[in-house]
Amino acid sequence: MSEKPTPLWEVFIRARNGLSHKHAGSIHAADAEMALQAARDVYTRRGEGQSLWVVRSDQIVASDPVDKDMMFEPTASKIYRHPTFYEIPEEVGNM
Amino acid sequence: MVDKKSLFNYLLRLGDDQQILSQRLGEWCGHAPTLEEDLALANIALDLLGQARSLYTYAGEVEGLGRDEDQLAFLRYENDYVNALIVERPNGDFAHTITRQFFYSVFMDLLWNGLLKSSDETIRAIAAKAVKEVDYHVRHSAEWVIRLGQGTAESRERMVDALDEFAIYTGELFEMDALATEMAEAGVGVDLAALRPQWEAEVNNILTDAGLEMPKVNWMQTGGRSGEHTEHLGHILAELQYMQRTYPGMTW
Amino acid sequence: MYSQGLIGADGSTVEDEAFLEAFQKRIDAEQKIEPNDPMPEGYRRTLIRQISQHAHSEIVGMLPEGNWITRAPTLRRKAALLAKVQDEGGHGLYLYSAAETLGVSREELTDQLLTGAAKYSSIFNYPALTWADIGAIGWLVDGAAIMNQIALCRCSYGPYSRAMIRICKEESFHQRQGYEILLTLCRGTDEQKQLAQEAINRIWWPALMMFGPHDSESTHSDQSMHWKIKRFSNDSLRDKFVNATVPQADYLGLKVPDPNLKWNEEKQGYDYSDIDWDEFWRVVKGDGICNRDRMKARRKAHREGAWVREAALAFAEKRAAAAEAAKTAAE
Ligand SMILES: [Fe+2]
Ligand SMILES: [Fe+2]
Ligand SMILES: [Fe+2]
Repeated sequence: MSEKPTPLWEVFIRARNGLSHKHAGSIHAADAEMALQAARDVYTRRGEGQSLWVVRSDQIVASDPVDKDMMFEPTASKIYRHPTFYEIPEEVGNM
Repeated sequence: MVDKKSLFNYLLRLGDDQQILSQRLGEWCGHAPTLEEDLALANIALDLLGQARSLYTYAGEVEGLGRDEDQLAFLRYENDYVNALIVERPNGDFAHTITRQFFYSVFMDLLWNGLLKSSDETIRAIAAKAVKEVDYHVRHSAEWVIRLGQGTAESRERMVDALDEFAIYTGELFEMDALATEMAEAGVGVDLAALRPQWEAEVNNILTDAGLEMPKVNWMQTGGRSGEHTEHLGHILAELQYMQRTYPGMTW
Repeated sequence: MYSQGLIGADGSTVEDEAFLEAFQKRIDAEQKIEPNDPMPEGYRRTLIRQISQHAHSEIVGMLPEGNWITRAPTLRRKAALLAKVQDEGGHGLYLYSAAETLGVSREELTDQLLTGAAKYSSIFNYPALTWADIGAIGWLVDGAAIMNQIALCRCSYGPYSRAMIRICKEESFHQRQGYEILLTLCRGTDEQKQLAQEAINRIWWPALMMFGPHDSESTHSDQSMHWKIKRFSNDSLRDKFVNATVPQADYLGLKVPDPNLKWNEEKQGYDYSDIDWDEFWRVVKGDGICNRDRMKARRKAHREGAWVREAALAFAEKRAAAAEAAKTAAE
């Protein structure tokens, strides 16, 4: 008996210029303009934002948690990518 | 020099318009067609309430009798309220609420923009804040007009009905009676009649997008500016004034 | 507690031991569970139930206070109340979104509320009769909710925990505006003080009921604690609430309506009477004074909004079709 679902959108907010957009939550709206307005009316009531993105939730491609090991484990051993891997004598100073 | 009494009455008109419409929108809270829209209508109501508060506070200062925003908002007789009739009309269904908001917001957008050049510094400051708020009210209501006009047969029918109900209350917004003329001539107010062509153009633009048409109006209803209201204002005031009238003279 | 100590949540689950053990390890290590992560069916079910009960409570909770927006005694109070009730709608929305990450739709959740299949907090089946009730609701009902919600900020399910953090930030003015209303009344005339006292008389016990049944009666509570969906027991949160609130009542000069309320030096907390559990269960089961009105109001809003939602969808489809046609024509 459920009625036809209204699409779900993910809302991203840039709090200040200089920062990137950050996921804030989601809203339902029939189209992009209504989604943008709903995002504004719901998620920026306390001066949270300078810029908004809305993205249809079903348009987001997400990695599968099952693939987590394959996707993100192999990087763990590449410690030479981090500056602390290299030893520089203290006398040399900050580098 | 602007006549203080006239300026006071002019501010009451502006204040009453915003307060009464805010009151109407407040009735929606918790009952809107979607949760998202519930929050949107409350946002508009809060904008209008903020504008009303600034206008009443300033009116009280101009009057110089020590009346504050609440005394002006709550403690006048029905025929001392001078809002336009359109804002006191009942919410009806969502198409009615949106139509009223659309007609009114397009008008206020033009008026606040005019008041940016008011000779009165306080009015200029209030207008500077209000223009941004009302821009969004126009956008929000206009987008809904388009969606309801073009959505389904039912939504279109409801829009046609709403346009028919509210069109007859739009003429009053542009009336240049003695007070409006005095304020415009003093540079405080705006020539309202001169806003009308632009209002009609903007409204017709959106209605065309919506596949709708402004209905033919034989007679524009009027009376609000002189305290002659519809039957609805008394009921609004019964709720609005309930606490202040039941428990007179207390601090809340 | 808005989800009323999770009445009726069924945490039973069918996964094999190894799976459950691995899951529990993650929970014990305070790792957050995210939407697509593998999780026991019972965990998912319990969360959907709790989050949606919580969301429904926010939405139904708009009604008793919303009823006073048009009658607020000053413009300042009206603005605060409208913003507060609007916030509750936002909270419902954030929570529905959190529940949706578990694979139910807003439409399904709404149906569950409107058909009576899902519960909401019984506190909202009590009426808001006077302006003082608006003060007492902010102070006591939001106060009780906040106590519970702060605990839920650390819930093991990421989206729920994030929604709670956002909600707690917004809640912080709700309790204060309520207390300020009562403070103004208590500094006012005798009639105003009486309004305030009558409000606390009405709302005190229902507020204590918000934390749900005694721990000993709360059937599925253990599993929820184990999964860190719930982080504190009903009784411990209730005690904490009483200990925090009684001094605030004293400051107002209001009497807490409990003849057995007494400071207990040894446990460094208050002793208080037991809740009228018959009343509690009666109202939960549908026979409070406002249960029917609340559901009627929600159903009416939903029914009368149906054509609007339908029109918005129809318009979006037409626009999309037109854009598609234009694209094909251009190719
Ligand atoms: Fe504008
Ligand atoms: Fe809330
Ligand atoms: Fe709250």
